[in-house]
Amino acid sequence: MSGFLQFLFSGITVGAIYALVGLGFAIIYNASHVINFAQGEFVMLGGMGTVFLMFAGLPMIVAAPLAICLVVLVGLLLEKFAVEPARNATVVTLIIITIGASILIRGIVEVTFGKDFYRLPAFTGESAIMIGGAALQPQSLWILGVLAIVVAALRWFFQRTKLGKAILATSYNPLAAQLVGIETRTILLVSFGLSAALGALAGILTAPITLTRYDIGIMLGLKGFAAAILGGLGSSYGAVAGGLLLGVIEAMSAGYISSAYKDAVAFVIILGVLFFMPRGLFGAQRTERV
Amino acid sequence: MELARTKTAAIQTSGIASWFLSARRGGLLALALLLAVLPLLFPNNFYYDVATKTALNAIVCIGLNLLIGYAGQISLGHAGFFALGAYASAILTSHYKWPGLLAMLAGALMVALLAFIVARPILRLKGHYLAMATLGLGIIIAIVINREIPMTGGPDGMNVPALWVGPWRLTGAVTWYWVSAGALLLAVWLSLNLVESPIGRALRALHGSEVAAETTGVDTTRYKVLVFVVSAVFASIAGSLFAHADRFVTPVEAGFLRSIEFVTMVVLGGMASTFGSVVGAAILTVLPQVLAAAHDYKHMALGVIMIGVMIFMPRGLVPTLAAFWRRRGSS
Amino acid sequence: MSLLEVHALTKAFGGVHAVADLTFTVEPGRVHSIIGPNGAGKTTLFNLITGLYTPTAGRIVLDGEEITALPTAARAAKGIGRTFQNLQIFFNMRAIENVMVGRHLHAPRALLSSMLQLPVIRRANRDAYDRAAELMRRVGLAAFLDSDADAMPYGALKRLEIARALAAEPKVLLLDEPAAGLNPKETQEIDDLIKSIAAMGTTVVLVEHNMKLVMGVSDHILVLDYGRRLAEGTAADVRNNPDVIRAYLGAAAALPR
Repeated sequence: MSGFLQFLFSGITVGAIYALVGLGFAIIYNASHVINFAQGEFVMLGGMGTVFLMFAGLPMIVAAPLAICLVVLVGLLLEKFAVEPARNATVVTLIIITIGASILIRGIVEVTFGKDFYRLPAFTGESAIMIGGAALQPQSLWILGVLAIVVAALRWFFQRTKLGKAILATSYNPLAAQLVGIETRTILLVSFGLSAALGALAGILTAPITLTRYDIGIMLGLKGFAAAILGGLGSSYGAVAGGLLLGVIEAMSAGYISSAYKDAVAFVIILGVLFFMPRGLFGAQRTERV
Repeated sequence: MELARTKTAAIQTSGIASWFLSARRGGLLALALLLAVLPLLFPNNFYYDVATKTALNAIVCIGLNLLIGYAGQISLGHAGFFALGAYASAILTSHYKWPGLLAMLAGALMVALLAFIVARPILRLKGHYLAMATLGLGIIIAIVINREIPMTGGPDGMNVPALWVGPWRLTGAVTWYWVSAGALLLAVWLSLNLVESPIGRALRALHGSEVAAETTGVDTTRYKVLVFVVSAVFASIAGSLFAHADRFVTPVEAGFLRSIEFVTMVVLGGMASTFGSVVGAAILTVLPQVLAAAHDYKHMALGVIMIGVMIFMPRGLVPTLAAFWRRRGSS
Repeated sequence: MSLLEVHALTKAFGGVHAVADLTFTVEPGRVHSIIGPNGAGKTTLFNLITGLYTPTAGRIVLDGEEITALPTAARAAKGIGRTFQNLQIFFNMRAIENVMVGRHLHAPRALLSSMLQLPVIRRANRDAYDRAAELMRRVGLAAFLDSDADAMPYGALKRLEIARALAAEPKVLLLDEPAAGLNPKETQEIDDLIKSIAAMGTTVVLVEHNMKLVMGVSDHILVLDYGRRLAEGTAADVRNNPDVIRAYLGAAAALPR
């Protein structure tokens, strides 16, 4: 039983990170139908950024929010200079651009900071809490707590604020949204900024547990993407559910089947979803319109 | 003006089919001449080596170009097929003592089957689901190769025996240059033929307007699957040749980054252009070698190229230059 | 026997019935027109017949054969050809290649022979080219034999689509607003073209707003309103039908006989 609980704890923890990354994908996809393959780099920049701001002497309580702001800036720059100019290009073109951006960002970090692993201190220490024979890291509680706050905050944002509702409107029908005066360019910028913030947050939360390095964005990004697909690419809540589910399935597979193939789980899930339920768990049904 | 009128007259009398082909045949001939003459510039084996790698990358790109440039679909996992071909050859010849050509064929068939099984259900869906599926598939292949250490040697890679063709044992940088040059010419020829055929026109139509293609009788799903399988086989065969040329293979060849490199080569050289794929492969294989000192900046450069080309030259080098040329000629 | 039959065809998008319980037949060798205001369901009807939409209810029968469940490309193979209201030209190809694609159903399509450019393929390329050139001349596009599709004027592109559809040698040709956006001279050319197509034995079904063209070229007219049949008959019948006059013809009711 303690084994099961242990897998569950680690699964939910990493799943919450996937959920945050997946949320980032979903928000940008909703606003623009762009699959932002640079999402994982926002995660990496959050962690790495905080590490180096702390090396520069700032305490973590200042470094972390500052890093998030810097990553938001990167996200806005990405939208402005890489995505915006190709607004009307084909999906293939946009996919290649965002992949190119992710390679560029990774390359810059690699050259500037090198290939070492770096670590952030856990927010409130490392003494594990024992529950039913399984160890729960305090950091995990932080991660889950932040996820819950983020989900609640986003819910309020999308349903209660004008800007949030404008983003939703754009995701349902961009043309109609434009016609009622919603500036889609602003919406896009905000979406990228928001997703960058979520990604950076995920990176800071996970760095104490998983360490951070110039290339952690690749796998985290792809798994966040898998989470978004599992949940249904149009659905923000789906991404959260998808992320948590993915984390748990991954941990259980590693524990009970084979830990060597842990990384493959996310991608098997991608294939499975595409074969059997391409809309994902919560994806919207779209009528075929010619 | 006079030239245009003469050309029109020539077209009307001899039929455009042969005129169309001759422009492309000219390219094939030029490429053959280039490949024949290039070794005169090679001072040592290293150059032959780079040229071989370029040719093999180009073969993958030619196949991938059919998918991206003509069928308008994207594969983010083509390195997986390349690696499967390489490892099939490596494992079957090394562990099971199969003849090299048979192993290559077996690899190609396995890859064709895998591509078909994955593509058929995915391509029935509207949208870019193939990109996601190939992403997943490519990474799964890379992970499997990495983990199955007894079979594949894992992250350290494995040695590959030399390729025997009949009584000849193919080893050495120079030999492999000629082998891959020949294979490249064959790939270009096959691709050009396919494009200039009813299937080729159906593919281009599919890319132009899927709806109109369907109403003209083109079963778009069938052709998308077809071109995906063909592109996978091209990659597999190139992979097999690569394994024997290098006498060594590692899981890096299956990686996501490698898949992206292939896509970038196609996109840079020109989508829907067979020669564009060759150009793109040449630039992106040779450039890192030339800038060896700046190796660290390789990724940055790759990223900038991808973004820049897609924004400023979305059709890629060769088609953009060709259009520019044509406009100058007609003014 | 009718060439094309539509039985109780219905297409609902959510609560909106674009086509509701529509039944009609198309006789071979005739020019049939379908008219009605925008939103009457005309293009939806074409999309249903060609298989781009799946009907909510009803059946479609071509030449005695049930085609309701067939996908679009299969219906094209059975003999349905179509042009589009909003041009669907292959702009990535030359003009003549657009028409050559129309020959697809009649061309050899084996992968291996294509990749090897066997003589059968080379012959097919030549035949497709010749046939396409002939069709382009027939629809009046001889001047564009050497053009890129993206370098042609709008009126020419409308005719290019017709040439492409004809290349497949369809039994029935669905023309979706072929005269839309054309000036009177071009419209007259389309009029003549439609008559010549019908004279060669191809059944034509036309969706049009241009009443003069419709009245002049049609053997039979079907009037739709909100996805339902309002009236049908010859030009004279329809012109004199009080429902039709009241709903649609308005000023055009004073058309010359």
